[in-house]
Amino acid sequence: MAIRDYIRERFMPHIWCPGCGHGIVMNNLIRAVENLELRKRDIVMVSGIGCSARISGYLDFHTLHTLHGRALAFATGVKMARPELRILVPMGDGDATAIGGNHFIHAARRNIDLTAVIMNNRIYGMTGGQYSPLSGRGKAATTAPLGNIDQAFDIADLAMSAGASFVARTTTYHAVSMIKILEKAIMHKGFSVVEILTQCPTYFGRKNRLGSAVDMMKAYKTGTTPVGSEAKKEDPELIERGIFVEEDRPEYCTEYENIIKKAMGVH
Amino acid sequence: MKKKKRKRTVNIEWCKGCGICVAFCPKGVMDLDESEKAAIVRPDDCVDCGLCELRCPDLAIESEEIDTP
Repeated sequence: MAIRDYIRERFMPHIWCPGCGHGIVMNNLIRAVENLELRKRDIVMVSGIGCSARISGYLDFHTLHTLHGRALAFATGVKMARPELRILVPMGDGDATAIGGNHFIHAARRNIDLTAVIMNNRIYGMTGGQYSPLSGRGKAATTAPLGNIDQAFDIADLAMSAGASFVARTTTYHAVSMIKILEKAIMHKGFSVVEILTQCPTYFGRKNRLGSAVDMMKAYKTGTTPVGSEAKKEDPELIERGIFVEEDRPEYCTEYENIIKKAMGVH
Repeated sequence: MKKKKRKRTVNIEWCKGCGICVAFCPKGVMDLDESEKAAIVRPDDCVDCGLCELRCPDLAIESEEIDTP
């Protein structure tokens, strides 16, 4: 199928700002689904609130646009009712780790078969550039004009600690590997987390004098390194990208099926 | 079998002129035109890497297979 076949064209051009990384994530998510030859009717996309959450409106899957931070809760309900469907859950960094932080760690702990795509632009763009749990200490935001005093989460570390069985990180610059990582995450049986560093030139970029969308993407090229590389040992400031965890662990819906069989006396 | 070449076009209705394709094209094929939209100005230099298409946030760069002699 062509890329356009996955888009609700009546809503295009999309509302994201010029150079916003979210469009690149949507672009490559479509390509991952296309490469896997998944049928649109077998995919449910569940999103919460925020710039990132708008993606569910543009894509022609079954889609649910739900409450801020609660996308994973709704997605859990869909998956429990229809475990044969593939569930994609695009979220922003604030949506996933602040408002929805509790849903996030518990979905990971249960290892329920959902694919969480966390678009980390380090700010709340839609509401005017407030700092998020990923902004980081010293960074500027509308609500932190003199510099943020909060420490940032590390989404990959958080997901791993909470029990996610697939955890990866990539950036909007690394489009080719983003597609491969998304393909693996979608096919993984269990809770998959893909953190994608994505530029917000309008707020995070402007507030922190990071230049244009192009400059921010160049910084993803120079500021990241493949996981386990020598470069990281020499420069601890570099952010690792790649697949951190990919393990086969008991999945929640399968375990629940087994409990039902047990209760019904089927051995 | 050799992979077929692809020809790219810019959908200017969707392009917002961010310049990502222009900046990252390894062969300098793209440029912004007078209306600040992406344009393929040196098509003969295109090596068909497809990165402009993958990195376009507006999904405005499209391609189709073409028959090459």
